[in-house]
Amino acid sequence: MKPPKPTQFLGRESYRLRRLMDAARLLPVIGFVLLLLPLMRHSPEMEAPPTAGESVYLFAVWAVLILLSLLLSIWLRRALEPHDEPTRSDRPSESGD
Amino acid sequence: MSFNLLVLTCLGYVVLLFAVASAAERAAVAGRAGWLRSSLVYTLSLSVYCTAWTFYGAVGYAARSGLEFMTIYLGPTLVFVGWWLLLRKLVRIGRENRVTSIADMISARYGKSNVLGVIVTLLCITAGAPYIALQLQSIAQSFTVFVSDPESSPLATDTILIAFWVAAGLAFFAIVFGTRSLDANEQHPGIVTAIAVEAVVKLLALLAVGVFVVWFVATGPGDILSRIDTQALPEWEIQPGRWTGLILLSAIAIICLPRMFQVTVVENTEDRHLATASWAFPLYLFLISLFVLPIAVVGMELMPAGSNPDMFVLTLPLHLGQDGLALLSFLGGFSAATSMVIVASLALATMVSNHIVVPLWLRARSARQRDTGDMRLLVLSVRRLSICFILGLGYLYYVITGGSAALAAIGLIAFVGVAQCLPALIGALYWRGASRNGAALGLVAGMAIWLYTLFLPSFGPDVFLSARVMESGPFDIAWLRPYNMFGLTTLDPLLHSLFWSLMANVIAFCVGSILSFPSAIERVQGALFVDIFNRPGTARSWTRPMAEAEDLLPMAQRIFGATEAQAFFRAQAELQGKQGFLPDITPEFLEALELKLAGSVGSATAYAMLAQTVGTSVVSVDDLMAVASETAQIMEYSAKLEAKSEELSLTARKLREANEKLQTLSVQKDAFLSQISHELRTPMTSIRAFSEILMDAEGISNEERTHFAQIIHDESIRLTRLLDDLLDLSVLEHGQVQLNIASANLHDLIDKAITASKSVQAERQFVLHRNRDSEDVQIVTDTGRLTQVFINVLSNSRKYCDAAEPQMRIKVRRRGEMVEVDFIDNGSGIPREQDALIFEKFSRLTDSMQAGGAGLGLAICREIMHNLGGEITYVPGQGGAAFRVVCPLKLRARDNAAQPASDSTEAPE
Amino acid sequence: MQKRVLVIEDEPNISEALRFILSRNGWRVEVSADGKAALGSLSADPPDLLILDLMLPGVNGFDILRQVRAYDDTRTLPVLMLTARGQAADRIEAERLGVTRFMTKPFANADVLATVHEMVQT
Repeated sequence: MKPPKPTQFLGRESYRLRRLMDAARLLPVIGFVLLLLPLMRHSPEMEAPPTAGESVYLFAVWAVLILLSLLLSIWLRRALEPHDEPTRSDRPSESGD
Repeated sequence: MSFNLLVLTCLGYVVLLFAVASAAERAAVAGRAGWLRSSLVYTLSLSVYCTAWTFYGAVGYAARSGLEFMTIYLGPTLVFVGWWLLLRKLVRIGRENRVTSIADMISARYGKSNVLGVIVTLLCITAGAPYIALQLQSIAQSFTVFVSDPESSPLATDTILIAFWVAAGLAFFAIVFGTRSLDANEQHPGIVTAIAVEAVVKLLALLAVGVFVVWFVATGPGDILSRIDTQALPEWEIQPGRWTGLILLSAIAIICLPRMFQVTVVENTEDRHLATASWAFPLYLFLISLFVLPIAVVGMELMPAGSNPDMFVLTLPLHLGQDGLALLSFLGGFSAATSMVIVASLALATMVSNHIVVPLWLRARSARQRDTGDMRLLVLSVRRLSICFILGLGYLYYVITGGSAALAAIGLIAFVGVAQCLPALIGALYWRGASRNGAALGLVAGMAIWLYTLFLPSFGPDVFLSARVMESGPFDIAWLRPYNMFGLTTLDPLLHSLFWSLMANVIAFCVGSILSFPSAIERVQGALFVDIFNRPGTARSWTRPMAEAEDLLPMAQRIFGATEAQAFFRAQAELQGKQGFLPDITPEFLEALELKLAGSVGSATAYAMLAQTVGTSVVSVDDLMAVASETAQIMEYSAKLEAKSEELSLTARKLREANEKLQTLSVQKDAFLSQISHELRTPMTSIRAFSEILMDAEGISNEERTHFAQIIHDESIRLTRLLDDLLDLSVLEHGQVQLNIASANLHDLIDKAITASKSVQAERQFVLHRNRDSEDVQIVTDTGRLTQVFINVLSNSRKYCDAAEPQMRIKVRRRGEMVEVDFIDNGSGIPREQDALIFEKFSRLTDSMQAGGAGLGLAICREIMHNLGGEITYVPGQGGAAFRVVCPLKLRARDNAAQPASDSTEAPE
Repeated sequence: MQKRVLVIEDEPNISEALRFILSRNGWRVEVSADGKAALGSLSADPPDLLILDLMLPGVNGFDILRQVRAYDDTRTLPVLMLTARGQAADRIEAERLGVTRFMTKPFANADVLATVHEMVQT
């Protein structure tokens, strides 16, 4: 009556990996948007926000990006192993990018 | 610091780099390059992005424009953080195709077109030479700033002369470590390691100055932040257009700059290095940028008015009397400049030699005669000269512009220049329809607009473009003004040029690609690049061998040198199972050779050279048909799906077969004891019955008595043989067998086996087909055991072959280190459902006793072959029963030890 | 009249032994190594006794026994089954199919004779 555990586990594993790849593709886009935020914070009629504050914000975004990228690179390392390539099964969705 | 001391310091530093580089080279040659190829070294080598322009210029940039300097580092951060999207594919393609430069990459993708290689090379040189000039300028400038006794030497103040010596020294360094040999991968462990060391030096220097400024000049981060706000200028306000545009531009540049391509793609050895760099390189940039604004702010505050903010990193410590720190900072700037110049000149020189000089030379040569000289020396010399040429060009540029302020902007101008490669590069990676004509059109259009709207005007009015043209456009056509094309006046010149050049580039590229029809080889390469991650093997382009290996070897020798070329040919021959230096000219071999050549001279040249030797029609009609047809892509895709589903059903079938076999085997295992019982009881029945008859002794004639005694005797022998077989099998299965290894001729062994097997059904006449020549193979193995296998196979055939006129063919073939002996008779063979079981114990095809064996023969054969490091298999579909015996030509002692026990579930193939 | 016994046995030496023992005891012994061929003659001209080996090429002893019990003429024919396998399952199967006697090889000649005698008497 038990569900076939091993296969389910494997499926979940590679599914997780594919979603991580999605996250890795998404990260630069999110980063770009976050880096553009200072532009939206000031308008011609308003006085520009202080440079110091902006620089703290930018460096903070930068640090977060680095941290996320570190985590992703650790997780995605498995996908780089040549013997089990989950990328293969994932290709049809990837060919569009 | 005195001029001489400074020169000595620089020389000492360079000597240190030399030592590091040559130690790394030696380690790489000795194969101890493990740590050289580490992710750390890879990441650090990427720091060639941070040139003297970064080291000195960033502070100046920050002093002038506030936070905008960060865009130059945020763009690359996004690219590396998003490595999974683009860089991973780029790096994989580069590595698998042994790409040597960005020009090579683009030329390889678009049908190995050399025209494209030339265009990209020219573009990169045009953009690169001023950039190199900028580095020479910074070094010269930092020299003059640093020297405290300008009177001591006439050299000390002559920036032009300093720049000359710096250029000469760097050329020497790049030549020594960049062109030592023609590496198959165009990788340079020595230079990369030296660059990594320099990366550490420049980072430490900048951090040291930064820490000094924040914690020793100011009182800490809070203080610095408030100082930033007090010093802030109105111009520091972030300009949305430039902010966005520059982030994008620097993101493009990190992909397209020749030196970045060199360290990111060409020098990459493993994907996981890229994974590490994805966060480590942004971290490096982060650290580099961290103190830029504090240094700028404190510099503006403390330095006398009118000092050059570009030199704050150096002058601020000097001003505050920190000579040690200033020296460190000087070395940091020196590192930044030298590493950039070395890598850039190397990358550009590779492009010049691979795409311009060598193709020209090849063309000239083919016009005259075909075979002279050592190509290797030529390529190396060309590369060395190219390095001198590139550095000379940079120097010349510096001299001509006289180190004007215009140079400061050249970094971004160069970025826009190399950005023209982007559409072709992205198309190469993601668009199969991108064609050579499109790429060439796009590149030329983009380059032309870049030259006209940014590069030429950057020299100032009346140098290349007259002030009048700048002011009111050529022929007074206002909408052709370089800085305001088509009336676009809202953008600053940089963004204006970026916008128009990329716009023209992309449009020309797309329209050109859509309208043109790519050649076969372009489409092959296109599929190869775009589908790099879901492609089972490499595409074939060499399908019709027309050259002899004899012709190719001399050519390869000219490129790689005799030793390496011969080693390569021998290795290839070995792969094909041939001895000697001359492999068969298979497409696989040509492909490997082309790849290796490409590593040395670039793909277009490699292709051209092979085409010259192999013959021009290298793409066969079949290839053309396959790729030219519009349905090829669809067919390819559906074929792939088909293959996949076939693969699946194949696996399922295999599983099913294995399962069936296991079930049968388990039944057989259960029956094993009962089988043994049966095999033992049958002869014993006869023995007992006849001995009881003989014991009665009445009414038996003498003949009968003899006859019965004979039966008892025969059956006893049968019993003994059965027990012997069982024992033999058990010993073999447990690998405890003693092998008597000797050398013998296979021919003799087969002879012996044939003679021995004649006793089985001696009345049947077998016609034997043999080939004496192929059987003439010397073999080192347990000859007795091998003969036993042969005898068994031959006897089986004599027993079971049901043909009216039985025939047996014996075929011997050598396959590398193995020899294959096929025994094929002309009977009806073994039914499909049985051939998986025939090697199992007691599995006779029928339960019949007529053949007399106990059904252990083939099981024993299988065990023997396992012990001999080979195998025996049943080959179906040969027009009869066909057994293939494979065994190594030379059985080494450990072969039999390595295969101790057999695995009885292993299927004979 | 001489009683007829049909021996279906593929091991020539065993059938020869049976032939010798039985014929010395006054039987007319017919030997067949091929069960299928024997089946034909069996129904046409049933012997007084059938000695049947279990492991035969082609059709095995059980199949033959089943056929024998299926024909009206041979429904009651005494059948002695001999087997070298000696598994209990074989004996049970044979009895289920209606074998008269079941013996394991190797046998004592005297036992065979005694059994045969018993079977034809009853």
